[in-house]
Amino acid sequence: MYDRAHEPPRVELPRAFDAQGSSFLQVLRREAPEAVPGALATGSVPEELRHQLTDGTTVLAVIASEAVVMAADRRATAGNQISRGDMRKVFPADDRSAIGVAGTAGPAMELAKIFATELEHYEKVEGDPLSLEGKSTKLAAMVRAHLPMAMQGLVVVPLFAGVDPRSGEPKIFEYDPAGGRYVATEQAATGSGSLAARTTLKRLVDPDADADHAVHAALEALVDAAEEDSATGGPDLIRRIYPIVAVIDAAGYRELDSDTVGAAVEPILDARRR
Amino acid sequence: MAANFYVAPEQLMKDRAEYARKGIARGRALVAVEFASGVVFASENPSGSLYKTSEIYDRIGFAAVGRYNEFESLRVAGIRLADVKGYQYAREDVTAKPLANAYSQALGTSFMSESKPFEVELLIAQVDADGADADDGRPGLELYHILYDGSIVDEQRFVAIGGETEPLTRALQERWEPGLARDVAVRTAVTALAQAAGRELTPDVLEVSGLDATRARRRFFRLRGEQLRAVLDG
Repeated sequence: MYDRAHEPPRVELPRAFDAQGSSFLQVLRREAPEAVPGALATGSVPEELRHQLTDGTTVLAVIASEAVVMAADRRATAGNQISRGDMRKVFPADDRSAIGVAGTAGPAMELAKIFATELEHYEKVEGDPLSLEGKSTKLAAMVRAHLPMAMQGLVVVPLFAGVDPRSGEPKIFEYDPAGGRYVATEQAATGSGSLAARTTLKRLVDPDADADHAVHAALEALVDAAEEDSATGGPDLIRRIYPIVAVIDAAGYRELDSDTVGAAVEPILDARRR
Repeated sequence: MAANFYVAPEQLMKDRAEYARKGIARGRALVAVEFASGVVFASENPSGSLYKTSEIYDRIGFAAVGRYNEFESLRVAGIRLADVKGYQYAREDVTAKPLANAYSQALGTSFMSESKPFEVELLIAQVDADGADADDGRPGLELYHILYDGSIVDEQRFVAIGGETEPLTRALQERWEPGLARDVAVRTAVTALAQAAGRELTPDVLEVSGLDATRARRRFFRLRGEQLRAVLDG
């Protein structure tokens, strides 16, 4: 026998039967707990600090035939100030889905980032992507884990949309701050301008129409939201900053370039000129 | 209590190296071949789901030979390290060298102190972010070959690992040239494998994957079924 008395500790390798083994969040909790987004302190955020925090506003999603469109305005507010006019609130979660975030911008962007990492990590470790349902359940758990921060006033409400990697069926999932997950059959909106946006979407949505129609409905709804809600920004014609519009279909996730969105917005604005 | 007999360190290392080498030689070899904008991994693998190669991160790929259960856990450990690092810093900060060092440490420690060394050989590859438009027409490929005892070799152009590597290296030496197209590199690698094996290799017993710097963000690709057949038929 060899003498084993003075050997260094064994290299840490993944355990067998680790039910959480494909979850990036679990790995991060173990390896770098300080990097896990979570409650910063107890108690609520003081009023004077609250007014310095950036909020993202309207995000919406519309179902089309074999595709889903997600769009968001570009405004961010801090208290009664406009803090940004070029904010991004729609992110690719992976190449078959998108996450849109409304609410306190810091934790919202962090949620989008860790969620995208979670999906990619799972896909790499398991060799196959999660189903759309599986992705949406994972996001629900992440929103629920964020609840202590929501109770401090740092609310994040995401919107998740995509096509299933196997069946190709498009779906939208809505959330509430407690992690409730709801399937939206035709359209959904979140954020401060969502009420106005929903009214328009309900009127224009047609799940059997093509993606172009859904893009038109989404932009029309965003323009209406910007008219009704001070925290939602309309298309900025002076600086040519237009809403971010993402289309997800069998070919994957793609964003329309600024010129395309500009050309699509023009007739909508034109119809309102008198 | 059992007495500990003295074993000379030279003998101990020799025994372990021999044990690991024998274990690795039982499996089939794998080749990595540089092409104009990346690297191709090819090996004989009748399984369509138990892969020897994998994506680690945007620009980093992993290939292994030897015992599946051992390199599979090493693969997952690598993905974990890369993802945690990329999340805490930036995606471009995740590079192959520290990862290759981590593997080298893990295999080295195990070789010296465990009762049984890992019976695996690994390749960690990385391509340049900006791809083929680099000045010298090379893909900026980094290719680290890590052996069962933790020793690490920085390979160039092409490499064969595991099993009988000499005939493969010879076959690649005859055929490889700089600036190959991807599909030509795949055919070069498969021809070398077939020549070394002394028989025809059909697409269903081949595992072909690699890194292509011209792809967006995630550079890892895998050629399967019809796609692979089309590439091999040229």
